[in-house]
Amino acid sequence: MVALTAESRPVLQPFCRLRDDPVRGRVVLLAPERVLFPCGTSQAVLARLDGRPLGEVAADLADRYAAPADVILADALTMLQDLADQGFLAEAGADQGFPKEATP
Amino acid sequence: MTASNPPIGLLAEITHRCPLRCPYCSNPLELTRAEAELDAAAWARVLEDAAGLGVLQLHLSGGEPTLRPDLEELVAAARGAGLYVNLITAGVLLDGPRVRRLKAAGLDHVQLSLQDSDVDSADRIGGFKGGHAKKLAAARHLREAGLPITINAVVHRQNLDRIERTVALALDLGAHRLEVAHTQYYGWAFANRAALMPTPEQVDHARRVVDRARADLRGRLVIDYVAPDYYAKYPKPCMGGWGRQVLTIGPDGRTMPCHAAHTIKGLAFDSVKDRPLRWIWQNSPAFEAFRGTDWMQEPCRSCPRKEIDFGGCRCQAMALAGDARATDPACSLSPLHARLHALAREDAATDAPFTYRRMLPKDRLPEAPPALRAVEDA
Ligand code: SF4
Ligand code: SF4
Repeated sequence: MVALTAESRPVLQPFCRLRDDPVRGRVVLLAPERVLFPCGTSQAVLARLDGRPLGEVAADLADRYAAPADVILADALTMLQDLADQGFLAEAGADQGFPKEATP
Repeated sequence: MTASNPPIGLLAEITHRCPLRCPYCSNPLELTRAEAELDAAAWARVLEDAAGLGVLQLHLSGGEPTLRPDLEELVAAARGAGLYVNLITAGVLLDGPRVRRLKAAGLDHVQLSLQDSDVDSADRIGGFKGGHAKKLAAARHLREAGLPITINAVVHRQNLDRIERTVALALDLGAHRLEVAHTQYYGWAFANRAALMPTPEQVDHARRVVDRARADLRGRLVIDYVAPDYYAKYPKPCMGGWGRQVLTIGPDGRTMPCHAAHTIKGLAFDSVKDRPLRWIWQNSPAFEAFRGTDWMQEPCRSCPRKEIDFGGCRCQAMALAGDARATDPACSLSPLHARLHALAREDAATDAPFTYRRMLPKDRLPEAPPALRAVEDA
């Protein structure tokens, strides 16, 4: 996964967890050596990463929040690219656990 | 009292025992014995308190945490409390069944250390014959169990020339992340500084290798890099600030703002055996000592970077300047900085032997290097 586009179908790596944080009263993304505090829109995007193309995710959110889909998509791409570069996203259907096949 | 935010991470050093003897180990010279270790029930209570206090990530470390047969219980207790559970291990005790039990208990992620990419050198540095081969096997078990791996490579003069092969090995082992960390000179590493200090050429080479590998392996392997303090311009922002984000609990329950804080003379550490964790985080004098910026001296006090690096590392200020409130000599604005650079080069030119880490009685501990002399000597 290098450059994300509207056609990409990213999902969170199985070793990343999105959960509620009752102490801080917000949603947190837990990943190896990283804790991220996504904002409201980012949370909505992350919660919808189920293997659909990002264009569809953005359209879905545009309906729901009555906001322009291209703006939502652009914001989502920026946020997700950062996560992808840190290795927290995989392309749906790909071998999710490991970025590369281990040589025997 | 300074207001404290909830901590994010807890480093639990659940034992100081370790089958390896790495000279770069940051554990204290005086190691805690097995008899003094907190038991699983005590840890379970502490982990729940930690989650209630706001901790989100647990790093199970040591010594070698897998030496504890009750590790699975700790992992399960932590997951039960909602924590993200990371195991920091040398891997030499991890066989297939153990890995599967840890995974079933809820382990999220593993950081596996490699001493080198060359087997003979790795076994020599770890002081454990056959250790490297066991690590390679452990990586295979972890992969088969579906556990994600970060390879931890602590680098120094005696393994830096093979850093390219270490990157390749991390990829071969199926790691998704590699941490290339220059040795931090605490505990045993400080006593071994002359044997470990890299040359300036090695440091430049490492930087180039990491930059190139990051570009080439983008999307396949994430590489984190911990820069070598003694050659730096600015110090590292230690722990994101003293008592701001993380805490460390030692094998016997002593609770510290960072894993090296035991080196600061005059700090008394409260134990979770005696006090609730919340009280310790909010009120323990050791946590209050360097919270915020009021304790700073010049040049930090009037420096625009004081909220960026917090004056560097207190433990290093203690070890090198002889004063935990001083500017970390790793900072180019410290009056001791030039002396530190010169010292790094002097150390790097020696052929000092390793002093291997081991449990020793108090009166037989190895000697640590002295603090730097006053600036006039530089
Ligand atoms: S650095 Fe080496 S000796 Fe120290 S705890 Fe880790 S594996 Fe053991
Ligand atoms: S003087 Fe102090 S605050 Fe300023 S950069 Fe150096 S260590 Fe950081």
